[in-house]
Amino acid sequence: MTAPASSSTRKQRFVDQLGKQQSATIVGLRAPLGHPHDSKVTSRLAELGFLPGESITVLRRGPGGREPLAVQVGETVFALRALEAACIEVHHDSPTAGA
Amino acid sequence: MSATPACIALVGNPNCGKTALFNLLTGARQKVANYAGVTVERKQGSVTLADGDTLSIVDLPGTYSLNPTTADEAVTHDVLMGLRPGEPAPDGMVAVVDATNLRMNLRLVLQLRTLGKPMVVALNMMDVARAHGLQIDVARLSQELDLPVIETVAVDNSLLGNWLARLRGRELDNGREALLAAARQALSRSAPARHATPLPDQLTLQLQVKRVLAAAVPQAARVQRFNHKLDAVVMHPVWGLSLLALLLMLVFQAVFSWATVPMDAIKEIVAWLGTAIKANLPAGMLQSLLADGVVAGLGGVVVFLPQILILFFFILLLEDSGYLPRAAFLLDNLMGKVGLSGRAFIPLLSSFACAVPGIMATRTIPNWRDRLATIMVAPLMTCSARLPIYALLIGAFIPPQRVGWFNLQGLTLFGLYVAGIVSAMTVAWVFKRIWMRSSYQPLMLELPPYRLPNLRNVLLGLWQRAIIFLQRVGTIIFAVMVLLWFLASFPAAPSGATGAAIQYSFAGMIGHALEVVFAPIGFNWQISIALVPGMAAREVAVSALGTVYALSASGEETAQALSPIIAHGWSLATAYALLAWYVFAPQCISTLVVVKRETNSWRYPALMAAYLFALAYLAAFITYRLAAAWTGV
Repeated sequence: MTAPASSSTRKQRFVDQLGKQQSATIVGLRAPLGHPHDSKVTSRLAELGFLPGESITVLRRGPGGREPLAVQVGETVFALRALEAACIEVHHDSPTAGA
Repeated sequence: MSATPACIALVGNPNCGKTALFNLLTGARQKVANYAGVTVERKQGSVTLADGDTLSIVDLPGTYSLNPTTADEAVTHDVLMGLRPGEPAPDGMVAVVDATNLRMNLRLVLQLRTLGKPMVVALNMMDVARAHGLQIDVARLSQELDLPVIETVAVDNSLLGNWLARLRGRELDNGREALLAAARQALSRSAPARHATPLPDQLTLQLQVKRVLAAAVPQAARVQRFNHKLDAVVMHPVWGLSLLALLLMLVFQAVFSWATVPMDAIKEIVAWLGTAIKANLPAGMLQSLLADGVVAGLGGVVVFLPQILILFFFILLLEDSGYLPRAAFLLDNLMGKVGLSGRAFIPLLSSFACAVPGIMATRTIPNWRDRLATIMVAPLMTCSARLPIYALLIGAFIPPQRVGWFNLQGLTLFGLYVAGIVSAMTVAWVFKRIWMRSSYQPLMLELPPYRLPNLRNVLLGLWQRAIIFLQRVGTIIFAVMVLLWFLASFPAAPSGATGAAIQYSFAGMIGHALEVVFAPIGFNWQISIALVPGMAAREVAVSALGTVYALSASGEETAQALSPIIAHGWSLATAYALLAWYVFAPQCISTLVVVKRETNSWRYPALMAAYLFALAYLAAFITYRLAAAWTGV
């Protein structure tokens, strides 16, 4: 599982590192790992509403426990693969919100 | 108004109830076609207004923004911008929004507003929003957006409530008339002119939406759009997969066995018609054309309808309810390993009954490459038309001895099914890796809230599938059937001929010519000839063999009469080679025609026929050589 929510909020964190039912706030988007010049994924994520300031919750993961991730952003739920989830940088909510 | 009616386009996010609203507006007055050059469906309908004028309505594919990333979104963008040749830009737009998810939907509305076209907002699913206790100040929303906003309820799921209301003498207002009136007003010259402005970026849109919502939906209580308890079961690794397996078994059972009742009835009617024609018309060319060409050809088309309708009934229910994306979520990892989408599962499963409805079902796969890969491997799933051939060959050549708990004949049949599945997975893998060496394909699939399926939408969907199949696939299949009849009937056998008449026909000549090609894989001339009329459908090869061996038996008796003849006449290696051939066998014209229709090009059916032929030949060749060496022939 992931590190406890109380650990550093300064370190960069991404949605693929969130545990089940953990909530966070989106900080920004970065290009997918291994595809540094591919802006298609990030611009698409932005169009779907993965925008800074929005709250995001990892609802569950697919069979096998890794991907895809069912993620709620605002009032919408999306299935993302780990590679896409790793493009979304988040800031942990206070432990009460994440619990 | 002028001769060409004004045209308005319905635009909205996927899952906002746009198509249901389209159905509500136009009823059955719809035409479904493809946009030229792409496989995106073009839905157009018309509606007669209260004053007798006609309004043409186009249902554009759902889109998340005006920066297109998929083929569907590109069509929506291009049609709105007037960039599609032969497709005039619509005169106005109805932006359809899901009232329960304004935060997401309004971003698109604000983008559409920058186009400067006459525009109305349909605030859809207002009944659901109210049930959730969502208070939307519609007048304020309209003011903030500077657009007319009309409340609509495209799908009224409170069927009982609606019925009770009707009993009391008043219809529930679904907003249809108000929306049409508002659209009419927006199109008229008296409406204030709008001007195009530059497209803002997503961050600006997000801020604008926040401002609009703060004014129009002040008590922004969190709406529980999602049934998380239901999802905890449906998307659970164990319970979810069990439920999915159960549903798939039900669909499979329905397509495979329930459909046989109407299919048998259709076959009976066709046989009865054929007999009636033969009894009432003098023997000759006309009689043969009508009985064996036209009636058999029509039957060969209509016989697909039960499976197509039953399969699409389930697919429409699963799609309307919001279950299908969740099934894709569960299977994405598994199917992804061979490079297929999680949504490929239902089309592939249906292909075990018949590849024709299976390939039609691939339209639920949004990504074009994923869809193409699924279409390409669908014919490798052992369809029910192969069963008569497998049954004939296994019955004649495989001894019914017991192997442990199992019967060798049953094991052979099972092995043939497995061979089909394994080769489908291999071909899909190779197809994605080598031929379409694409970079990574993102998933990013929306999982919409659950909804009760609506009867009107399901029935309209079924009606459209049936029409599409009969018009654009059926006509070609029918033409090919008649052509095959011609090839097998002309020229007639010379007087005093001893062999079966088919030997002297064009089909016989082609078969004899093909013998050179098929000799290395152990096929004799009788098999080669039977493969020609067998183009119509795989199981036709059995009755064609009966014709070649000049049997007088018909129908199911053919197989019984054939069995001893081929058991003596063919070597074991030939029989095995023919079994291996039919694991891949490309000769099903209906499949190739439906691929043409679904991919909008002859390129893919040609490619499919070529690769299936190559695989079939290779498999039969290896099987024949190995078996021949083994049995010492």
